Amino acid sequence: MKIPIIIDNKMVKVDRGTPVLLAARKADIFIPTLCYHELLEPYGACRLCIVEVVQNRQRRLVTSCNYPAEPGMEVFTDTDPVRKIRKVLVELLLARCSEVPVVQKLARRMGIETSELKKKETKECVLCGLCVRFCEEVVSVSAIGLSNRGIEREVTTPFKTASDTCIGCGSCSYICPTGCIEMVPDKTPGMREMHMGKLTLEPCTNHYQCENCSTDQQFLNNLKKEVTRFRDTFSRFRNQES
Amino acid sequence: MKICNSLSDLESFRDRLISERRSDRIVLRTCISTGCKAQKSSKLVQTLKSEIDRQGLQDKIEIRKTGCHGFCEMGPIMVIEPENIFYCRVKPDDASDIISSIVSDGAVIERLLWKDPATKENIRYERELPLYRKQKKNVTYRSGRIDPTDIEGYIAEKGYTALGKALSEMAPSDVIQHLIASGLRGRGGGGFLTGIKWKICSEASGDIKYIIANGDEGDPGAFMDRSLMEGDPHSIIEGMTIGAYAIGAEQGFIYVREEYPIAIEHLSRALKQAEEYGLLGNNILGTGLNFTVQITKGAGAFVCGEETALIISIEGRSGTPRSRPPYPALSGLWEKPTIINNVETFANVPLIISTGAEDYASIGTETSKGTKVFSLVGKVMNTGLIEIEMGTALREIIFGIGGGMRKNKEFKAVQTGGPSGGCIPMSKLDMPVDYDSLKEAGAIMGSGGMIVMDETSCMVDVARYFIDFLMFESCGKCTPCREGLKQMHQILTNICEGLGEERDIETLMALAQLMTVSSLCGLGSTASNPVMSTIRHFRNEYESHIYVRKCVAGVCKKLFEYVIDEELCNGCGLCRIKCPEKVVSGEKKKLHVIDSGKCIKCGICINSCKFDAVKVI
Repeated sequence: MKIPIIIDNKMVKVDRGTPVLLAARKADIFIPTLCYHELLEPYGACRLCIVEVVQNRQRRLVTSCNYPAEPGMEVFTDTDPVRKIRKVLVELLLARCSEVPVVQKLARRMGIETSELKKKETKECVLCGLCVRFCEEVVSVSAIGLSNRGIEREVTTPFKTASDTCIGCGSCSYICPTGCIEMVPDKTPGMREMHMGKLTLEPCTNHYQCENCSTDQQFLNNLKKEVTRFRDTFSRFRNQES
Repeated sequence: MKICNSLSDLESFRDRLISERRSDRIVLRTCISTGCKAQKSSKLVQTLKSEIDRQGLQDKIEIRKTGCHGFCEMGPIMVIEPENIFYCRVKPDDASDIISSIVSDGAVIERLLWKDPATKENIRYERELPLYRKQKKNVTYRSGRIDPTDIEGYIAEKGYTALGKALSEMAPSDVIQHLIASGLRGRGGGGFLTGIKWKICSEASGDIKYIIANGDEGDPGAFMDRSLMEGDPHSIIEGMTIGAYAIGAEQGFIYVREEYPIAIEHLSRALKQAEEYGLLGNNILGTGLNFTVQITKGAGAFVCGEETALIISIEGRSGTPRSRPPYPALSGLWEKPTIINNVETFANVPLIISTGAEDYASIGTETSKGTKVFSLVGKVMNTGLIEIEMGTALREIIFGIGGGMRKNKEFKAVQTGGPSGGCIPMSKLDMPVDYDSLKEAGAIMGSGGMIVMDETSCMVDVARYFIDFLMFESCGKCTPCREGLKQMHQILTNICEGLGEERDIETLMALAQLMTVSSLCGLGSTASNPVMSTIRHFRNEYESHIYVRKCVAGVCKKLFEYVIDEELCNGCGLCRIKCPEKVVSGEKKKLHVIDSGKCIKCGICINSCKFDAVKVI
């Protein structure tokens, strides 16, 4: 059943429990995010999608990617506290990844040119975890993971050696928002060079019988959803234009 | 065959234990918990035993290996019943003297008594110690009194009566009502009402539910949970079993870190014995209640004390918190409704059930009921494990129980709540210790760490220390906590090294506020407390570091110098002899001088001078 919620004074009808972020997208309201992807479980790590929610007369700050839409809820995506949080967050990310285009673009959008913070780094990874989660949730392989904690946290294969479970599908590289997981064809046939080292391309264990493969089935189902979504958006735009 | 198959079995078993007690025996209660064990208390026990065997006194003297007595600094500790004579710093070599004094005339060995530094008098009895006198030992009552590896000691001290009462006289909902009425709040730090948490979990749908006791204590300088697990493991197990009955759980977990080997050993034994005695397992006391508990060992990550990270850790994945809601009470371990409470919270439950909610709620303040265990450490005279009534003033704890500051130094701050807590200044010393007052002062109750600091602690350095700890202990999942701590650490290091800038305080506050409102879990949202509270209460120290480039406490090496006071120096030459860099010069009985250009600021001169002639400028 669809329920109405109000986002920035716009009413939008969504299924109960839909993440607020998706509801906002439906209403063409921009909320920045780096770690959210529709095919994956919400992760709530980048915190950029923080919005203010008024519910049961209580006003609070929540991350919209994992906050479910409930009847009677009102959402504000562009208030002073929200803007202030986003700005400092982007500045923190810019200090970490000063040369990453997606972060630079976000920063410009918030009116920040350079980070004023003390510790400046040129890391490429924002630790959004998209690659790790895509590898686990969609590809069902879990060839890469997050190791260490705190400031030493990083995306890597177990023990930083070439993974023997990686099938070389390239999903991690495809989904990475900063382009830090590059896939370079290696001179040796059947090998790929990735940032964690050389990886062997795994030949298909199902002898290319795609209909028997759960990975492929899941992938195709998701792909179908994606295509439908694109088609809808596309036709909506076309209608608006005409 | 189980020993207690029904409630009446348990009662008659307890009666038998009490009636068999030998009142004519002298009992040597010797602590074998971590603190005393590190001071060779196991060897002491061995020597005592062989001495008793040698003299054939097995019938007259009993050695009881106990858990923590609380005065760990003075370990190994021994209390001799029935008079409760308190001996401290007992060495294995003292064993024969102790035994012979008991056998011969019962005289007290003066050198083993504790000498009160204030009055210079020897204190003879346990109850007269200043550290103990003003405490209210409810939860830690049995620790130090019973043998934690022997369930019979616990049962004889009214153990498992609360479980018996809950199972025989109360419905699960009554238990929860009792807890709500008692006003018990979570002892792990959050301070959420335990009864409400249990109620939510009991009403959650699903036939499988879990109970988790959080013993993942990771704060530097805190040892409350460890002492409780080592000294009275059955009280935790009893509390968990009552919880299992209240919410309908059949499985429980105790999460302990691997670096607490004695706690793990005592808990494992306790679990095994409870099963043998019919107090855990299938059909507990013949009432049809099934409940088993297993121990999960953590690898020692501070973040695993956060409930969602702890749950993920038990599931076998690396401990990183997840967003709440859903709260564990509705969807926790393996997505089943789960109660997760601190071990101390569980140890409070049997007290509430046996004494009644009203009695329990009669002590404490309006919003914080009961007692709280703290580990009092730092620059106070008496350090150790203490239990006080909620609402006791900080001054009473530090100057009453703690006996005031060491070396006549001036009190500067007390840090409560571990790394995520805050520093409380002198002006707030009369504040009652409860959840709300501490929060208002910018600190937190936390699990109960209490670190006292004097004038030789630099508050900027203290903030830097805690931020450094948290920077490596944050899981690193969310941006504000991971990146915010890194930037804060850089700014604080700069300030401590004399590179502070005018806008640093402002930036620190902005980062701190961001972390508080936008972090994913409790670690991140409280991680800025050390910085915020020190800026709030000790802003002048930050300013003197930044603008005057001076560290008056004499901690930040680049921001002070040692000089010798002309009037106070009598030229004894001790500093010159002790200086490892040989940068102190001066003739005997004449004023000495420190070459500050070559001084490495190790502090040996200031600590060795008997006339306080070495000064920090």
